[in-house]
Amino acid sequence: MEHYNMNLTLKIWRQKDAKAKGGFETYQVKNISSEMSFLEMIDVLNEELITEGKDPIAFDHDCREGICGSCSMYINGKPHGPWKATTVCQLHMRAFKDGETVVVEPWRANAFPVVKDLVVDRSAFDRIVQAGGYISVNTGNAVDGNAIPVDKDKADKSFAAAACIACGACVAACKNSSAMLFVSAKVSHLALLPQGQPERKSRAINMVAQMDKEGFGSCTNIGACEATCPKEIRLTNIARLNAEYLSAALTIDREN
Amino acid sequence: MTWKQMFTSSIGQKLTMALTGLFLITFLIVHVGLNACIWANDGGQMFNTGANFMGSMLVIRIMEIGLFAGIIIHSIQGLVLNAANNSKRKVGYAVEYGERGSKWYSRSMGLLGTLLLLFLIMHIYHFWVPSRLGGMWSVRPLQEVDYTNGLGKQYHNLYAEMIGVFQNPIVVILYVLGCISLAYHLMHGFESAFRTIGVHNNRYLKMLRYLGRGYSILISIAFAMMPISMYFGWVS
Repeated sequence: MEHYNMNLTLKIWRQKDAKAKGGFETYQVKNISSEMSFLEMIDVLNEELITEGKDPIAFDHDCREGICGSCSMYINGKPHGPWKATTVCQLHMRAFKDGETVVVEPWRANAFPVVKDLVVDRSAFDRIVQAGGYISVNTGNAVDGNAIPVDKDKADKSFAAAACIACGACVAACKNSSAMLFVSAKVSHLALLPQGQPERKSRAINMVAQMDKEGFGSCTNIGACEATCPKEIRLTNIARLNAEYLSAALTIDREN
Repeated sequence: MTWKQMFTSSIGQKLTMALTGLFLITFLIVHVGLNACIWANDGGQMFNTGANFMGSMLVIRIMEIGLFAGIIIHSIQGLVLNAANNSKRKVGYAVEYGERGSKWYSRSMGLLGTLLLLFLIMHIYHFWVPSRLGGMWSVRPLQEVDYTNGLGKQYHNLYAEMIGVFQNPIVVILYVLGCISLAYHLMHGFESAFRTIGVHNNRYLKMLRYLGRGYSILISIAFAMMPISMYFGWVS
Protein backbone atom coordinates (compact mmCIF):
# COMPACT_ATOMS: atom_id res chain seq x y z
CA MET A 1 0.00 0.00 0.00
CA GLU A 2 1.29 3.40 -0.93
CA HIS A 3 2.63 5.56 1.84
CA TYR A 4 1.25 9.06 2.28
CA ASN A 5 1.23 11.83 4.86
CA MET A 6 -1.92 13.49 6.10
CA ASN A 7 -3.20 16.41 8.12
CA LEU A 8 -6.09 15.70 10.45
CA THR A 9 -8.48 17.56 12.70
CA LEU A 10 -8.94 15.69 15.97
CA LYS A 11 -11.82 16.25 18.36
CA ILE A 12 -10.77 14.57 21.57
CA TRP A 13 -12.67 14.25 24.84
CA ARG A 14 -10.74 15.98 27.64
CA GLN A 15 -11.76 15.55 31.24
CA LYS A 16 -9.52 16.56 34.14
CA ASP A 17 -10.69 13.88 36.56
CA ALA A 18 -13.66 11.67 37.41
CA LYS A 19 -15.65 14.54 38.90
CA ALA A 20 -14.82 17.26 36.38
CA LYS A 21 -17.19 18.11 33.55
CA GLY A 22 -15.42 17.13 30.35
CA GLY A 23 -15.67 18.47 26.84
CA PHE A 24 -14.22 18.16 23.35
CA GLU A 25 -10.95 19.89 22.45
CA THR A 26 -9.98 20.35 18.81
CA TYR A 27 -6.40 19.66 17.71
CA GLN A 28 -4.69 19.89 14.32
CA VAL A 29 -2.05 17.27 13.58
CA LYS A 30 0.21 17.61 10.56
CA ASN A 31 2.34 15.26 8.46
CA ILE A 32 1.01 12.10 10.00
CA SER A 33 2.38 9.01 8.27
CA SER A 34 -0.14 6.51 6.94
CA GLU A 35 2.07 3.78 8.42
CA MET A 36 1.69 5.01 11.99
CA SER A 37 -0.68 3.34 14.40
CA PHE A 38 -3.47 5.45 15.87
CA LEU A 39 -1.76 5.44 19.26
CA GLU A 40 1.53 6.61 17.69
CA MET A 41 -0.37 9.49 16.16
CA ILE A 42 -1.66 10.41 19.65
CA ASP A 43 1.94 10.06 20.92
CA VAL A 44 3.04 12.64 18.31
CA LEU A 45 0.26 14.98 19.41
CA ASN A 46 1.17 14.46 23.08
CA GLU A 47 4.84 15.30 22.38
CA GLU A 48 3.67 18.58 20.87
CA LEU A 49 1.39 19.28 23.84
CA ILE A 50 4.23 18.59 26.29
CA THR A 51 6.56 20.88 24.34
CA GLU A 52 3.93 23.60 24.54
CA GLY A 53 3.69 23.03 28.30
CA LYS A 54 0.17 21.63 28.09
CA ASP A 55 -1.31 18.55 29.73
CA PRO A 56 -0.92 15.54 27.40
CA ILE A 57 -3.97 13.42 26.57
CA ALA A 58 -4.33 10.51 28.98
CA PHE A 59 -5.14 7.18 27.32
CA ASP A 60 -4.77 3.49 28.20
CA HIS A 61 -2.27 1.34 26.35
CA ASP A 62 0.14 -1.45 27.13
CA CYS A 63 1.28 -4.16 24.70
CA ARG A 64 0.43 -2.34 21.46
CA GLU A 65 0.20 -5.77 19.86
CA GLY A 66 -3.57 -6.14 20.03
CA ILE A 67 -3.58 -8.73 22.81
CA CYS A 68 -3.68 -6.97 26.19
CA GLY A 69 -7.04 -5.23 25.97
CA SER A 70 -5.79 -1.93 27.43
CA CYS A 71 -6.51 0.44 24.60
CA SER A 72 -10.02 1.80 24.62
CA MET A 73 -10.88 4.63 22.30
CA TYR A 74 -14.25 5.19 20.69
CA ILE A 75 -13.30 6.58 17.29
CA ASN A 76 -15.85 8.09 14.91
CA GLY A 77 -18.71 6.23 16.52
CA LYS A 78 -17.08 2.80 16.92
CA PRO A 79 -15.00 1.24 19.70
CA HIS A 80 -11.46 0.67 18.41
CA GLY A 81 -12.17 2.65 15.25
CA PRO A 82 -13.32 1.78 11.75
CA TRP A 83 -11.49 -1.48 11.07
CA LYS A 84 -13.05 -4.86 11.74
CA ALA A 85 -11.50 -7.18 14.35
CA THR A 86 -8.84 -4.61 15.29
CA THR A 87 -7.78 -2.92 18.51
CA VAL A 88 -6.89 0.79 18.49
CA CYS A 89 -3.18 0.00 18.76
CA GLN A 90 -3.40 -2.08 15.58
CA LEU A 91 -5.50 0.53 13.79
CA HIS A 92 -3.24 2.27 11.29
CA MET A 93 -3.55 5.78 10.01
CA ARG A 94 -4.10 4.55 6.44
CA ALA A 95 -7.66 4.02 7.65
CA PHE A 96 -8.03 7.81 7.38
CA LYS A 97 -7.87 10.29 4.53
CA ASP A 98 -6.01 13.59 4.41
CA GLY A 99 -8.10 16.44 5.86
CA GLU A 100 -10.49 14.15 7.73
CA THR A 101 -11.99 15.04 11.11
CA VAL A 102 -11.70 12.28 13.70
CA VAL A 103 -13.77 12.27 16.89
CA VAL A 104 -12.28 10.35 19.83
CA GLU A 105 -14.33 9.56 22.94
CA PRO A 106 -13.83 7.32 25.97
CA TRP A 107 -15.96 4.17 26.52
CA ARG A 108 -19.33 5.35 27.81
CA ALA A 109 -21.10 3.33 30.51
CA ASN A 110 -22.01 4.04 34.12
CA ALA A 111 -20.03 0.92 35.05
CA PHE A 112 -16.94 2.37 33.30
CA PRO A 113 -16.51 5.82 34.89
CA VAL A 114 -14.03 8.17 33.22
CA VAL A 115 -10.81 8.51 35.23
CA LYS A 116 -9.21 11.11 33.00
CA ASP A 117 -9.59 12.09 29.32
CA LEU A 118 -9.86 8.77 27.45
CA VAL A 119 -9.04 6.54 30.41
CA VAL A 120 -11.96 4.70 32.00
CA ASP A 121 -12.04 2.53 35.11
CA ARG A 122 -12.67 -1.05 33.93
CA SER A 123 -12.04 -2.71 37.30
CA ALA A 124 -15.68 -3.90 37.18
CA PHE A 125 -14.43 -6.57 34.75
CA ASP A 126 -11.73 -7.64 37.23
CA ARG A 127 -14.35 -8.05 39.95
CA ILE A 128 -16.56 -10.13 37.64
CA VAL A 129 -13.63 -12.46 36.90
CA GLN A 130 -12.81 -12.64 40.62
CA ALA A 131 -16.39 -13.74 41.24
CA GLY A 132 -15.93 -16.96 39.24
CA GLY A 133 -13.79 -16.66 36.14
CA TYR A 134 -11.23 -19.19 37.33
CA ILE A 135 -10.70 -22.88 38.05
CA SER A 136 -9.31 -24.28 41.29
CA VAL A 137 -6.39 -26.69 40.97
CA ASN A 138 -4.14 -28.28 43.56
CA THR A 139 -0.56 -27.17 43.71
CA GLY A 140 2.22 -29.65 43.03
CA ASN A 141 3.80 -30.99 39.89
CA ALA A 142 2.30 -29.87 36.63
CA VAL A 143 -0.18 -32.46 35.33
CA ASP A 144 0.50 -33.96 31.90
CA GLY A 145 -1.30 -31.77 29.35
CA ASN A 146 -2.95 -34.76 27.68
CA ALA A 147 -4.08 -36.49 30.89
CA ILE A 148 -7.69 -35.34 30.42
CA PRO A 149 -9.15 -35.90 26.96
CA VAL A 150 -10.85 -32.83 25.48
CA ASP A 151 -13.22 -32.98 22.53
CA LYS A 152 -11.68 -31.08 19.60
CA ASP A 153 -14.88 -29.22 18.78
CA LYS A 154 -15.28 -28.03 22.35
CA ALA A 155 -11.59 -27.15 22.62
CA ASP A 156 -11.91 -24.96 19.51
CA LYS A 157 -15.02 -23.20 20.83
CA SER A 158 -13.39 -22.72 24.23
CA PHE A 159 -10.27 -21.28 22.62
CA ALA A 160 -12.32 -18.90 20.47
CA ALA A 161 -14.06 -17.64 23.64
CA ALA A 162 -10.75 -17.42 25.52
CA ALA A 163 -9.52 -14.97 22.88
CA CYS A 164 -11.52 -12.26 24.71
CA ILE A 165 -9.06 -9.61 25.91
CA ALA A 166 -11.58 -7.93 28.24
CA CYS A 167 -11.19 -4.54 26.56
CA GLY A 168 -14.84 -3.59 27.14
CA ALA A 169 -15.64 -2.66 23.53
CA CYS A 170 -18.79 -4.81 23.76
CA VAL A 171 -20.06 -2.68 26.64
CA ALA A 172 -19.11 0.51 24.80
CA ALA A 173 -21.03 -0.57 21.68
CA CYS A 174 -24.12 -1.94 23.42
CA LYS A 175 -27.13 0.36 23.70
CA ASN A 176 -27.80 -1.20 27.12
CA SER A 177 -24.15 -1.03 28.25
CA SER A 178 -24.42 -4.77 28.76
CA ALA A 179 -21.33 -6.82 29.59
CA MET A 180 -22.91 -10.08 28.46
CA LEU A 181 -20.49 -10.72 25.57
CA PHE A 182 -17.53 -10.42 27.95
CA VAL A 183 -19.11 -12.56 30.69
CA SER A 184 -20.33 -15.12 28.16
CA ALA A 185 -16.81 -15.44 26.71
CA LYS A 186 -15.33 -16.02 30.16
CA VAL A 187 -18.03 -18.50 31.19
CA SER A 188 -17.94 -20.35 27.84
CA HIS A 189 -14.17 -20.61 27.92
CA LEU A 190 -14.28 -22.64 31.14
CA ALA A 191 -17.69 -24.35 30.83
CA LEU A 192 -16.57 -26.09 27.63
CA LEU A 193 -13.49 -27.66 29.22
CA PRO A 194 -13.35 -30.58 31.66
CA GLN A 195 -11.24 -28.46 34.02
CA GLY A 196 -14.11 -26.00 34.33
CA GLN A 197 -16.72 -28.56 35.43
CA PRO A 198 -16.33 -28.56 39.26
CA GLU A 199 -17.26 -24.86 39.58
CA ARG A 200 -19.49 -24.70 36.54
CA LYS A 201 -22.77 -23.81 38.23
CA SER A 202 -21.48 -21.41 40.86
CA ARG A 203 -19.30 -19.70 38.25
CA ALA A 204 -22.24 -18.79 36.02
CA ILE A 205 -24.37 -17.63 38.95
CA ASN A 206 -21.64 -15.65 40.70
CA MET A 207 -20.32 -13.94 37.59
CA VAL A 208 -23.80 -12.89 36.46
CA ALA A 209 -24.61 -11.64 39.98
CA GLN A 210 -21.43 -9.54 40.00
CA MET A 211 -22.16 -8.27 36.48
CA ASP A 212 -25.58 -7.06 37.63
CA LYS A 213 -24.10 -5.52 40.78
CA GLU A 214 -21.58 -3.52 38.76
CA GLY A 215 -24.40 -1.73 36.95
CA PHE A 216 -24.23 -3.20 33.45
CA GLY A 217 -27.46 -3.49 31.48
CA SER A 218 -29.14 -6.69 30.35
CA CYS A 219 -28.73 -8.30 26.94
CA THR A 220 -31.37 -7.82 24.24
CA ASN A 221 -29.60 -9.98 21.64
CA ILE A 222 -29.23 -7.17 19.10
CA GLY A 223 -25.69 -8.07 17.96
CA ALA A 224 -23.95 -4.67 18.19
CA CYS A 225 -21.26 -6.17 20.45
CA GLU A 226 -20.37 -8.96 18.04
CA ALA A 227 -19.91 -6.44 15.22
CA THR A 228 -17.41 -4.41 17.21
CA CYS A 229 -15.43 -7.07 19.11
CA PRO A 230 -11.73 -6.90 18.15
CA LYS A 231 -11.43 -10.62 18.89
CA GLU A 232 -14.63 -11.58 17.05
CA ILE A 233 -16.27 -13.22 20.06
CA ARG A 234 -19.52 -14.69 18.76
CA LEU A 235 -23.00 -13.79 19.95
CA THR A 236 -23.67 -17.54 20.34
CA ASN A 237 -21.63 -17.36 23.54
CA ILE A 238 -24.36 -15.20 25.08
CA ALA A 239 -26.97 -17.87 24.32
CA ARG A 240 -24.60 -20.42 25.89
CA LEU A 241 -24.26 -18.22 28.99
CA ASN A 242 -28.06 -18.03 29.21
CA ALA A 243 -28.20 -21.84 29.12
CA GLU A 244 -25.39 -22.12 31.69
CA TYR A 245 -26.99 -19.59 34.01
CA LEU A 246 -30.54 -20.92 33.78
CA SER A 247 -29.61 -24.57 34.22
CA ALA A 248 -27.43 -23.59 37.19
CA ALA A 249 -30.04 -21.31 38.75
CA LEU A 250 -32.78 -23.92 38.34
CA THR A 251 -30.80 -26.81 39.82
CA ILE A 252 -28.24 -25.45 42.29
CA ASP A 253 -29.04 -26.09 45.95
CA ARG A 254 -27.25 -23.62 48.19
CA GLU A 255 -28.26 -21.16 50.84
CA ASN A 256 -26.93 -17.88 49.49
CA MET B 1 -29.87 -19.21 45.39
CA THR B 2 -33.49 -18.19 45.86
CA TRP B 3 -36.21 -17.90 43.23
CA LYS B 4 -36.21 -14.18 43.89
CA GLN B 5 -32.50 -13.94 43.15
CA MET B 6 -33.03 -15.87 39.94
CA PHE B 7 -35.98 -13.87 38.62
CA THR B 8 -34.55 -10.48 39.59
CA SER B 9 -31.19 -11.15 37.92
CA SER B 10 -30.68 -9.70 34.45
CA ILE B 11 -30.91 -13.13 32.80
CA GLY B 12 -33.85 -14.13 35.01
CA GLN B 13 -35.79 -11.05 33.92
CA LYS B 14 -34.98 -11.87 30.33
CA LEU B 15 -36.27 -15.40 30.95
CA THR B 16 -39.59 -13.91 32.05
CA MET B 17 -39.69 -11.91 28.81
CA ALA B 18 -38.83 -14.98 26.73
CA LEU B 19 -41.32 -17.38 28.33
CA THR B 20 -44.22 -14.93 28.28
CA GLY B 21 -43.23 -13.93 24.74
CA LEU B 22 -43.24 -17.53 23.53
CA PHE B 23 -46.60 -18.09 25.23
CA LEU B 24 -48.03 -15.06 23.41
CA ILE B 25 -46.53 -16.33 20.14
CA THR B 26 -48.40 -19.63 20.53
CA PHE B 27 -51.57 -17.75 21.45
CA LEU B 28 -51.36 -15.77 18.19
CA ILE B 29 -51.43 -19.03 16.20
CA VAL B 30 -54.75 -19.98 17.83
CA HIS B 31 -56.05 -16.43 17.40
CA VAL B 32 -55.18 -16.17 13.71
CA GLY B 33 -56.51 -19.65 13.04
CA LEU B 34 -59.90 -18.98 14.55
CA ASN B 35 -60.20 -15.53 13.01
CA ALA B 36 -59.38 -16.94 9.56
CA CYS B 37 -62.88 -18.49 9.71
CA ILE B 38 -64.23 -15.08 8.67
CA TRP B 39 -63.05 -15.99 5.17
CA ALA B 40 -65.32 -19.03 5.03
CA ASN B 41 -67.86 -16.82 3.18
CA ASP B 42 -70.78 -18.23 5.15
CA GLY B 43 -72.01 -14.97 6.62
CA GLY B 44 -69.83 -15.50 9.67
CA GLN B 45 -71.45 -18.71 10.93
CA MET B 46 -68.21 -20.69 11.22
CA PHE B 47 -66.43 -17.81 12.90
CA ASN B 48 -69.26 -17.06 15.35
CA THR B 49 -69.62 -20.73 16.23
CA GLY B 50 -65.88 -21.01 16.84
CA ALA B 51 -65.79 -17.83 18.90
CA ASN B 52 -68.75 -19.11 20.94
CA PHE B 53 -66.90 -22.38 21.59
CA MET B 54 -63.85 -20.47 22.81
CA GLY B 55 -65.99 -18.20 24.97
CA SER B 56 -68.05 -20.95 26.59
CA MET B 57 -65.41 -23.63 27.21
CA LEU B 58 -64.08 -23.68 30.76
CA VAL B 59 -60.51 -24.69 29.81
CA ILE B 60 -60.24 -21.81 27.38
CA ARG B 61 -61.69 -19.37 29.88
CA ILE B 62 -59.09 -20.43 32.45
CA MET B 63 -56.38 -20.06 29.82
CA GLU B 64 -57.73 -16.59 29.09
CA ILE B 65 -56.71 -15.56 32.61
CA GLY B 66 -53.23 -16.86 31.77
CA LEU B 67 -53.30 -14.86 28.57
CA PHE B 68 -54.07 -11.62 30.38
CA ALA B 69 -51.44 -12.45 32.98
CA GLY B 70 -48.95 -13.14 30.18
CA ILE B 71 -49.67 -9.83 28.47
CA ILE B 72 -49.45 -7.87 31.74
CA ILE B 73 -46.24 -9.58 32.92
CA HIS B 74 -44.61 -9.24 29.48
CA SER B 75 -45.54 -5.53 29.32
CA ILE B 76 -44.47 -4.61 32.84
CA GLN B 77 -41.25 -6.63 32.78
CA GLY B 78 -40.45 -5.21 29.34
CA LEU B 79 -40.99 -1.63 30.43
CA VAL B 80 -38.94 -2.21 33.61
CA LEU B 81 -36.04 -3.72 31.65
CA ASN B 82 -36.21 -1.03 29.00
CA ALA B 83 -36.08 1.75 31.58
CA ALA B 84 -33.23 0.04 33.45
CA ASN B 85 -31.21 -0.51 30.26
CA ASN B 86 -31.73 3.08 29.15
CA SER B 87 -30.32 4.32 32.46
CA LYS B 88 -26.98 2.48 32.16
CA ARG B 89 -25.24 5.18 30.11
CA LYS B 90 -25.77 8.57 31.73
CA VAL B 91 -23.24 10.34 29.47
CA GLY B 92 -23.87 9.47 25.85
CA TYR B 93 -21.69 9.56 22.74
CA ALA B 94 -21.21 12.54 20.45
CA VAL B 95 -21.06 10.16 17.46
CA GLU B 96 -23.66 7.40 17.72
CA TYR B 97 -22.69 3.76 17.20
CA GLY B 98 -25.62 3.34 14.83
CA GLU B 99 -26.58 0.36 12.70
CA ARG B 100 -23.51 -1.85 13.01
CA GLY B 101 -24.45 -5.45 13.71
CA SER B 102 -28.03 -4.69 14.72
CA LYS B 103 -31.35 -3.89 13.08
CA TRP B 104 -33.42 -0.83 13.97
CA TYR B 105 -36.32 -2.99 15.11
CA SER B 106 -34.05 -5.00 17.43
CA ARG B 107 -33.01 -1.76 19.08
CA SER B 108 -36.60 -0.49 19.24
CA MET B 109 -38.36 -3.33 21.08
CA GLY B 110 -39.44 -0.96 23.86
CA LEU B 111 -41.07 1.42 21.39
CA LEU B 112 -42.66 -1.36 19.31
CA GLY B 113 -43.89 -3.05 22.48
CA THR B 114 -45.45 0.18 23.73
CA LEU B 115 -47.22 0.67 20.40
CA LEU B 116 -48.52 -2.90 20.64
CA LEU B 117 -49.75 -2.30 24.18
CA LEU B 118 -51.69 0.78 23.02
CA PHE B 119 -53.04 -1.25 20.11
CA LEU B 120 -54.10 -4.03 22.49
CA ILE B 121 -56.03 -1.61 24.70
CA MET B 122 -57.98 -0.45 21.61
CA HIS B 123 -58.40 -4.04 20.39
CA ILE B 124 -59.71 -5.31 23.73
CA TYR B 125 -62.09 -2.35 23.91
CA HIS B 126 -63.42 -3.14 20.42
CA PHE B 127 -64.10 -6.86 20.81
CA TRP B 128 -63.32 -8.42 24.18
CA VAL B 129 -65.22 -5.83 26.23
CA PRO B 130 -68.59 -6.05 24.41
CA SER B 131 -68.27 -9.82 24.02
CA ARG B 132 -67.46 -10.62 27.66
CA LEU B 133 -68.90 -7.66 29.52
CA GLY B 134 -71.81 -6.76 27.20
CA GLY B 135 -74.92 -6.02 29.24
CA MET B 136 -72.96 -5.46 32.44
CA TRP B 137 -72.26 -1.95 33.79
CA SER B 138 -74.10 -0.41 30.84
CA VAL B 139 -71.65 -1.90 28.33
CA ARG B 140 -73.36 -2.20 24.99
CA PRO B 141 -74.16 -5.89 24.32
CA LEU B 142 -73.40 -7.61 21.02
CA GLN B 143 -76.12 -8.65 18.60
CA GLU B 144 -77.29 -12.23 18.96
CA VAL B 145 -77.72 -14.69 16.13
CA ASP B 146 -79.40 -18.12 16.04
CA TYR B 147 -77.80 -20.92 14.00
CA THR B 148 -79.98 -23.69 15.47
CA ASN B 149 -83.10 -23.26 13.32
CA GLY B 150 -85.03 -21.58 16.07
CA LEU B 151 -84.02 -23.98 18.86
CA GLY B 152 -83.12 -20.92 20.84
CA LYS B 153 -79.35 -21.13 21.22
CA GLN B 154 -78.03 -17.63 20.72
CA TYR B 155 -74.52 -16.79 19.55
CA HIS B 156 -72.77 -13.44 19.89
CA ASN B 157 -72.55 -12.00 16.41
CA LEU B 158 -68.87 -11.04 16.61
CA TYR B 159 -68.70 -11.25 12.85
CA ALA B 160 -71.22 -8.42 12.47
CA GLU B 161 -69.32 -6.52 15.16
CA MET B 162 -66.09 -6.86 13.15
CA ILE B 163 -67.75 -5.63 9.98
CA GLY B 164 -69.17 -2.71 11.94
CA VAL B 165 -65.87 -1.75 13.58
CA PHE B 166 -63.92 -2.06 10.33
CA GLN B 167 -66.16 0.32 8.40
CA ASN B 168 -64.14 3.17 9.92
CA PRO B 169 -61.04 3.73 7.74
CA ILE B 170 -59.10 5.24 10.68
CA VAL B 171 -59.66 2.07 12.72
CA VAL B 172 -58.52 -0.04 9.74
CA ILE B 173 -55.35 2.04 9.42
CA LEU B 174 -54.66 1.75 13.17
CA TYR B 175 -55.10 -2.03 12.97
CA VAL B 176 -52.74 -2.28 9.99
CA LEU B 177 -50.17 -0.14 11.84
CA GLY B 178 -50.62 -2.46 14.83
CA CYS B 179 -49.89 -5.44 12.57
CA ILE B 180 -46.75 -3.75 11.19
CA SER B 181 -45.54 -3.13 14.76
CA LEU B 182 -46.30 -6.78 15.53
CA ALA B 183 -44.29 -7.98 12.50
CA TYR B 184 -41.18 -6.05 13.52
CA HIS B 185 -41.60 -6.87 17.22
CA LEU B 186 -41.76 -10.58 16.40
CA MET B 187 -38.98 -10.37 13.83
CA HIS B 188 -36.61 -9.75 16.73
CA GLY B 189 -38.57 -11.29 19.57
CA PHE B 190 -39.06 -14.76 18.12
CA GLU B 191 -35.36 -15.56 17.68
CA SER B 192 -34.29 -13.55 20.73
CA ALA B 193 -36.64 -15.53 22.99
CA PHE B 194 -34.98 -18.78 21.97
CA ARG B 195 -31.52 -17.30 22.50
CA THR B 196 -32.58 -16.16 25.96
CA ILE B 197 -33.79 -19.60 26.99
CA GLY B 198 -30.36 -20.83 25.99
CA VAL B 199 -30.53 -22.26 22.45
CA HIS B 200 -26.93 -21.91 21.28
CA ASN B 201 -26.62 -24.69 18.74
CA ASN B 202 -25.96 -22.91 15.44
CA ARG B 203 -28.02 -25.37 13.41
CA TYR B 204 -31.09 -24.64 15.52
CA LEU B 205 -30.39 -20.92 15.68
CA LYS B 206 -30.30 -20.75 11.88
CA MET B 207 -33.55 -22.70 11.63
CA LEU B 208 -35.21 -20.49 14.26
CA ARG B 209 -34.08 -17.34 12.45
CA TYR B 210 -35.86 -18.35 9.24
CA LEU B 211 -38.82 -19.81 11.12
CA GLY B 212 -39.11 -16.56 13.09
CA ARG B 213 -39.03 -14.38 10.01
CA GLY B 214 -41.58 -16.55 8.23
CA TYR B 215 -43.87 -16.61 11.26
CA SER B 216 -43.61 -12.84 11.86
CA ILE B 217 -44.42 -11.92 8.27
CA LEU B 218 -47.16 -14.50 7.66
CA ILE B 219 -49.04 -13.98 10.90
CA SER B 220 -48.93 -10.19 10.58
CA ILE B 221 -50.15 -10.25 6.99
CA ALA B 222 -52.96 -12.64 7.94
CA PHE B 223 -54.08 -10.36 10.78
CA ALA B 224 -53.77 -7.21 8.66
CA MET B 225 -55.90 -8.75 5.90
CA MET B 226 -58.84 -9.15 8.31
CA PRO B 227 -59.74 -5.45 8.72
CA ILE B 228 -58.71 -4.77 5.12
CA SER B 229 -60.93 -7.45 3.62
CA MET B 230 -63.86 -6.38 5.78
CA TYR B 231 -63.44 -2.70 4.93
CA PHE B 232 -63.36 -3.40 1.21
CA GLY B 233 -66.20 -5.91 1.46
CA TRP B 234 -64.20 -8.88 0.20
CA VAL B 235 -66.06 -11.19 2.57
CA SER B 236 -69.76 -11.83 2.56
